[in-house]
Order: sequence, then structure tokens, then C-alpha cells
Amino acid sequence: MSGILAVLEAGHKLSAETLAAAVDLGAKLGLSVHSVEPGGTYTADGFTDGLAELIRTKQFQVVLFPHTYQVRDFAPKLATRFDRSLISDVIRLRVDSGVLFVTRQLFQGKMNAEIKPLGEPVFLSLQAGAYRAGEAEGVVVEAMPAAGAAPRQKPEEKFREAARAVDLSAAPIIVSVGRGIKEKENLSLIEDLAGALGAEIAASRPICDNGWLPMERQVGSSGQTVAPKLYVAVGLSGAIQHLVGMKGAKTVVAINKDENAPIFEVADYGMCADLFEVLPALTAAIRAAKG
Amino acid sequence: MKILVAIKQVPARDSLLTAAASGKWIDESNLEYEINEPDAYALEEALQLKEAHGGEVVAVCAGPDRASATIREALAKGADRAIHIAVDDIVDWDTLATAKLLAAAVKTEAPDLVLTGLQSDDVGAGQAGVVMAELLGLPHATIIMQVDIEGGMLRVKRELEDGWFQHVGMPLPAVLTIQSGIKKLRYATLMGIKKAKTKEVKTLTPGELGVSHVASYELVGVTLPQKSKQTQMVKTVAELVEKLKNEVHVL
Ligand SMILES: Cc1cc2nc3c(=O)[nH]c(=O)nc-3n(C[C@H](O)[C@H](O)[C@H](O)COP(=O)(O)OP(=O)(O)OC[C@H]3O[C@@H](n4cnc5c(N)ncnc54)[C@H](O)[C@@H]3O)c2cc1C
Ligand SMILES: Nc1ncnc2c1ncn2[C@@H]1O[C@H](COP(=O)(O)O)[C@@H](O)[C@H]1O
Repeated sequence: MSGILAVLEAGHKLSAETLAAAVDLGAKLGLSVHSVEPGGTYTADGFTDGLAELIRTKQFQVVLFPHTYQVRDFAPKLATRFDRSLISDVIRLRVDSGVLFVTRQLFQGKMNAEIKPLGEPVFLSLQAGAYRAGEAEGVVVEAMPAAGAAPRQKPEEKFREAARAVDLSAAPIIVSVGRGIKEKENLSLIEDLAGALGAEIAASRPICDNGWLPMERQVGSSGQTVAPKLYVAVGLSGAIQHLVGMKGAKTVVAINKDENAPIFEVADYGMCADLFEVLPALTAAIRAAKG
Repeated sequence: MKILVAIKQVPARDSLLTAAASGKWIDESNLEYEINEPDAYALEEALQLKEAHGGEVVAVCAGPDRASATIREALAKGADRAIHIAVDDIVDWDTLATAKLLAAAVKTEAPDLVLTGLQSDDVGAGQAGVVMAELLGLPHATIIMQVDIEGGMLRVKRELEDGWFQHVGMPLPAVLTIQSGIKKLRYATLMGIKKAKTKEVKTLTPGELGVSHVASYELVGVTLPQKSKQTQMVKTVAELVEKLKNEVHVL
């Protein structure tokens, strides 16, 4: 009955939020809070062996991770070693009469599910924005035990592709297009709107996966991070991996035909409409307003 | 080379979702279904690896009867045969339990390579592949954008955050979770659709696979997300332009 372990990722912005969540949960459940920051070269095998050893010897009841790409790569394996499911992408933790309930997203943010973990240890990964980073006093820092057998994965140096020809990070206005545009041919509607606004064009991942726009125009966790004065999201649902790339925008306008699309949750102005009906009129009205 | 691809059937992407009367899951009565998008890319990668190295592609899918449409589609695109793990209540199986089903089916085939999508569009756990690797004792790598096989070794390109990538090597057999966009998707040909009808689909039950349903969490209920931010909804183009001009000051 030893407490909560926050497994942190060195240098990752989500780590502080995860630690804050662990401290908050520790207070609510009356458990001590511990943290570990595995160092050295990452391999799924190495991190799993080391952390499994730590969790087993100290008998942690709750293990909390930031929902990073690295955590996605090893945490499910670690939980499996304890015959548990990792509950991933958690956006809220709630304690009711000493019992823990967590909320996570389903259907790319279109639905929320409340989940009650059964059995221990409980393995959870926290989504970006779930907690605000705060004071983390009284946290016991644990050392990572040495890994067991040699890892089977042989990682090479990290690299970036050739320099981007388009830098969206400095653009004051961005018109961003999602799969609602249906066909490559329809992109002219977006080009017209962007032209009228004097905006750069960006896109969600599937648009770039399809080769309709170059990869360098992709916004999100695997694309660019932008912070324009105005971000106009057209036919784009607002999955978390997209939102993390544009939540720094000062003003967000969303046009989407589904009133429950998650993009409306981050929008300042929303229009629930068919983009094919709205865009030509919007472009014309903006041109007229600009004179 | 024998490649096994896990494909999941999920509600079509533009579905308007509502909670079922039970509050435990979505209302499935008027939904259409399709292949989980990253799984379509995993299948494409498997087919191209087979074209380059020879061998066989086997699709595996756990789900109710309706999943057979998705299985046929994979066969029409070029998978050689399929395994349908027949589970009516697949939404009640948690991540670990589902992965145990899939892993048990993989074991009956002993493939050289197992591919999954990196994440399902409905549950979105992003885990089944990694869990399977642990259950099968195989090495794995996730969010893969390129697969090379040379001299019995794998070398893959992992996608990391913020535009970073990394190559990772590992021995075969192994499990990889494939990211959308890895290759251009093919369409099923008429010939393919015709041929699919004659291809073998083996149906297995959880009992036959020796997997029982033990849950490590309970789904209490589903709800539409609450709006946390005050969003001003506008009805007309004129209204929107007025806001852009007088409140956002961009015109
Ligand atoms: C590890 C990982 C990394 C990822 N990285 C990124 C990333 O960097 N960037 C990114 O964008 N995604 C990323 N994704 C994918 C992401 O999860 C979503 O799948 C993707 O963002 C969805 O794109 P979309 O909104 O264009 O498409 P959809 O989710 O299909 O949404 C289309 C929207 O268009 C609306 N629509 C349809 N027709 C119309 C119409 N006529 N008029 C108005 N609206 C209409 C629909 O209501 C819907 O909301 C990543 C996923 C993973 C798992
Ligand atoms: N019921 C299923 N049948 C076949 N494959 C599945 C199933 N559930 C998950 N998968 C595979 O595992 C991947 C990750 O799913 P998940 O862990 O649910 O996000 C999917 O992209 C599929 O390749």
C-alpha cells in the first residue's frame, strides 16, 4: 500500500501536469506521491523492465503517465505485465467516497466515457490540458532500477525531415481545412477564402495523408504548432491531436455541419452549416467588407 | 513471409452519435460501419510488403456478424484469407481482453510480422498492438511511417512529436502499429471483389481460442462532452462577417 507513482518524461511539457495530477489524486486518496524520470536511451523493452521492477518492489497502487508518444509506445506493455489495461487519454480524475473514476474520450472527442478502474495497480495516462501544472511538494523521487535483458529494439538518432518551405508559426491568419471538404477539387473554395482574408492555408492530417496538400501544411501533434490571431477551421472535427497544434490561436472560428463536433468546444465563433453553402457567400462578403 | 493484419470495424466517420438509452454505449441502431482508417493503411503496407517479399497476408478481425463486410473488403483489396473472431459484445471487451483475443488468433498462425493500426477511431485506446506484442513475447514499435526488411531484420521509421522521426531496428517476428498516410491506399478492383467471395474466412470463438472475458475496468457510462468555453454560435454569413470586422478586427 505504497502510493501513487508519476512516471515523467524528461523535457516533455506534459510531465508537470501529470505530476500535479498525481499530487491532487494523492491528497484525495490519502496516498503518498512518488515520481520517477527514466533516463538514458529510450527503448520499450528497457523502460518496461525497469519500471515493472520499481512498481513491483514498491507496490504502487496507481501509476500515472503523461499521454506522450513515448508513453503510447511502452505503457500498454508495462500494464500488460501486471495483467491490467492501461486507461489511456484520460481527461478527468474524480474521487467519490474514496473510489476513483476517470473520464476519457471516445470517437476522437465526440463522446466522453466515465470509467471505473477495477483491481490494482491502476495504470492511467493523462491527456494534454487535463490538469494545470502546479506546486509539487512532498513528492518522493524514485530511482529507476537497471533494466534486465538487453532490449530488442535498436534505436538510431532522432532526425527531422528537410527544412520546411512553409512556416505557419508566424502567420497572423490561417484558414485550416479538414476532411469535410470531400474532394481535392473543392480546395479552391478554401483558396478563395484564404485569398480574401490574406491567410495562409493549413490542414488536418487526413488532407495531407491523401496528398491533397503538402505535409508541411499539417497542423497538430505530428505537424506544425501555430498561434495566429485568427484560425478558421472549416470541415474539421477537432480531434485532440489537431487541437494541440492550434490551441494557442487567439480567436478560433469553426464552420462544421455537426453541432456536436469537438471543434466547437474550442471555438470563439461557431457556425453550424454546410461548408459548400457557406464558403462562397462568406468569401464574397469578406471581399465586399474589405472594399 | 506471412503477415497478419488486425483490422477493426468502426462506425463510419461522419456518423452523428448519441448515447444509447442504457447510457452505457452509443446508440448503434442507425449506424453505418467501415474499416478503421489506420487499419486500412496497415493492410496497404502488408499488401505492399507481400508484393515485395512474397508470402501471404492474413486479416484478423474481432467483432459481431456485421464485421464480415469489413473482412470481405480486406479480401477484395488483396488479403489472402481472414480470421473472424466472432464476438457479439465486442464493445464490452476492454483493451487487454480484446488484445488477448487477437493474440490468441495470432498464435495459431505464427506469422513473421503482425501489423495493426496505431489507434481505433471508436475506442481510441491506441494499445492493442503493443499489448499483443507483450502477450506474444515479441518486440514492437509504434506509430510507424516506413517499414524495411533486410536479412531477416526490420528497420522502421517511427513518428515522434513535433515533426521528429527515428529509425529503429529489431528482429522478426515483431508487431508494428501503423500510422495513417504510410502509403497511398488502393481501391478494390472488380476482379478483387469477385475473388474475395471464394477466399477462406475462418471463424473462431473466444472459447475456441481459450480466452475468457475478464475486465480490468468498468464502463460507467457515455455522455456528450460539456462545452467548457463560451462559443458564440452565429446563424448567417452576415453575422459572422460583422464579428470578424468589429470583434476580431481582421477586416
Ligand atoms: C498519433 C496521432 C497523431 C496525429 N497527428 C495529427 C496531426 O498532427 N494533425 C491532425 O490534424 N490530425 C492528427 N491525427 C489524426 C486525428 O486524430 C484526426 O483523425 C484528424 O485530425 C481528423 O481530421 P478531420 O477533422 O479533417 O477529419 P474528420 O474527423 O473526419 O472530420 C471531418 C469534419 O467535417 C465535418 N463536415 C463534413 N462535411 C461537411 C460539410 N459539408 N460542411 C461542414 N462540415 C462538414 C464533419 O462534421 C466532421 O466534423 C493524429 C492521430 C494520431 C493517432
Ligand atoms: N476488435 C478488433 N479486431 C481487430 N483488430 C482490432 C480490434 N480492436 C483493435 N484492433 C487493432 O488494434 C489497433 C489499435 O486499437 P485500439 O487499441 O483499440 O486503439 C487497431 O487499429 C486495430 O488494428
